[in-house]
Amino acid sequence: MKHIDEYRDPKLVSRLVEEIGKKSAGYWTIMEICGGQTHSIMRNGIDQLLPPNIKLVHGPGCPVCVTPLETIERALCVAAMPGVILTSFGDMLRVPGSEKDLFMARSEGADVRIVFSPLEALQIARDNPDKEVVFLAVGFETTAPANAMAVRQAAREGIANFSELVSQAMVPPAMRAILSAPGNRVQGFLAAGHVCAIMGWEDYEPVAEEFCVPIVPAGFEPVDLLEGILEVVEMLEGGRSGVVNAYGRVVSREGNCVARRVMHEVFEVADRPWRGIGVIPASGLVLRREYERFDAEKRFSVGHIAPLESPLCRSGEVLQGHLTPTDCPAFGRECTPQSPLGATMVSSEGACAAYFRYHRNPFVS
Amino acid sequence: MTESFSCPLPIQRHETIQMAHGAGGRFSQELMQRVFKPRFSNCFLDLMDDQAKLDLPSGRIAFTTDTYVVTPCFFPGGTIGTLAVNGTVNDLAVGGSNPLYLSAGFVLEEGFPLDDLERIAESMAVAARNAGVMIVAGDTKVVQKGSCDGIFINTSGIGLLRDDVSLSCRNLKPGDSILLSGSVGDHGMSIMTAREGLSFRSSISSDCASLNRMIAAVLDEVPEVHAMRDPTRGGVAAVLNELAVSSSVGIDIDETAIPVRDEVRGACELLGIDPLHVANEGKLIAVVPAQSAAKALDVMRRFDEGRQAVPVGSVTADHAGMVVMRTAFGSRRIVDLPLGEQLPRIC
Repeated sequence: MKHIDEYRDPKLVSRLVEEIGKKSAGYWTIMEICGGQTHSIMRNGIDQLLPPNIKLVHGPGCPVCVTPLETIERALCVAAMPGVILTSFGDMLRVPGSEKDLFMARSEGADVRIVFSPLEALQIARDNPDKEVVFLAVGFETTAPANAMAVRQAAREGIANFSELVSQAMVPPAMRAILSAPGNRVQGFLAAGHVCAIMGWEDYEPVAEEFCVPIVPAGFEPVDLLEGILEVVEMLEGGRSGVVNAYGRVVSREGNCVARRVMHEVFEVADRPWRGIGVIPASGLVLRREYERFDAEKRFSVGHIAPLESPLCRSGEVLQGHLTPTDCPAFGRECTPQSPLGATMVSSEGACAAYFRYHRNPFVS
Repeated sequence: MTESFSCPLPIQRHETIQMAHGAGGRFSQELMQRVFKPRFSNCFLDLMDDQAKLDLPSGRIAFTTDTYVVTPCFFPGGTIGTLAVNGTVNDLAVGGSNPLYLSAGFVLEEGFPLDDLERIAESMAVAARNAGVMIVAGDTKVVQKGSCDGIFINTSGIGLLRDDVSLSCRNLKPGDSILLSGSVGDHGMSIMTAREGLSFRSSISSDCASLNRMIAAVLDEVPEVHAMRDPTRGGVAAVLNELAVSSSVGIDIDETAIPVRDEVRGACELLGIDPLHVANEGKLIAVVPAQSAAKALDVMRRFDEGRQAVPVGSVTADHAGMVVMRTAFGSRRIVDLPLGEQLPRIC
């Protein structure tokens, strides 16, 4: 299949693996930022193909995983209100709040609907003028433009029964937080290709410079990932830092200017709590004052809800690359995809879920 | 002058299902006469008794039931009706029985178009004919608007068990070959892309088909088959996991051997869904001793349903209870059970 097979070519993969082996003399720890990359690495067993001196650790780039518990609780609270239709991307529905998830809320009578785009949620609002339609706007810079577009469109059309429960996160501040943390072991990054497709890579240049690390925007297919890893390895071996793009067919330095403009028109930067990590300054997006009437948190007065996390869950350490999922004492015991303690076990892109799904048995180390 | 006055007559012919159609009176009879009897007609059903009295040869019978709630009820390659017939026929056949008789129970939502019901009944009649089974008992209930999603169908079926075979999910032995009758994921992705909400349309057609003729032919020539299953909900991954657990063996499969049609693969890529987790409605997984694999494949390939039959893996004494896939790159990964509903991912 075009645009897929060429990036999954086994011959090319083994050539790249060989090249990485030849180029790498030192022991290097590389973090892939994006949960989609983690998933692809696990699914294709890329980590098994690499030489033992290259260690991949998995980053915080799974939007479901880092969505704070209070956002889920607020969504559950809003969904339970009469006359509300709560709309969400599918994989948020299984994320547990402190007592239940949105699937359970639905079974109790809440009108919770899976949509594939926020614009679909907006259409539901148009079609149901007597209902309040709330979209759970989570995600990174990849989802922000479309989420912003839905709000802008609602404002233009005067659709008053639409709002968003916003929990948008941004990658570069999280990378700073990881690199600044005591005990950091990450020496180079694969940046998330789709985030960079929107944002470009200018924002990563100061991070690379300040912390002297290589940052390589990379794609998601096996060949893309290995090309990215090869680039990081070459830079590490050569003592070079900076940003080098390994995803040329999708990413440009300036990114998608139109998408960024919409995003900045509707959202502004704010501090944001990351599930398992805590508040990271200037790492989130909230609705600007002129759009705050579309803020579901304010419309439904749920901003005060702040539940407690399970004390057993160490997803914060996993998300920062300090802990491999299988080393968590709760992994596969108290914590499984059926009864997850934290979001990293819930989302299909979460590192713990990826390990559980593909690598939980010792025979594949 | 007095206006001519006449008693209002009740509407005689409805275009949609009314509560009265389920009330057992004249309307119910009309529904039977208009929709079901002309299509399902056979010597047992036509007697219109409360039960079908069947003549069965002596021996063991297999009995199964399944309920169908698929939405939309029409999709490329089938209807809820074809699914209801083929699904039950296949459940009987994979156990090593020859399906004979089905019952069909309908739960209809008030307001459901009668034309649609006729189309569904017609598709059931065709599916039953293709499979060589008779629908010998039936029931219709109508529920108020909003109490069900258009139409739900339950079918139960009985078949005569062959005494020359012994199929069980506990029979797998290390060394056995795993055979798959064709491409995976067609039915599930056909339904998913036919649903509202997706902004792309596809040409994916469901693989919905009865497998009993192909299965009978395989068992005639390869009675030593160890197990057969049709990988419906949960897909190939779920069936292989169940087989591995039931027999306390491991299963190794080869990623490059598993046929996935390009359209299905593309839709799965877009939605972030593993084709191995997607439902099939006309596929067979057969576990056979290695030395019989070629013969079984030969027989399967004689049928339309098995034209693309391939060996996809083998049974091993290692990693009992687990299914492990060798990727195209030589690495290995666990093929796990899907967890509930398949959910498209965020990005």
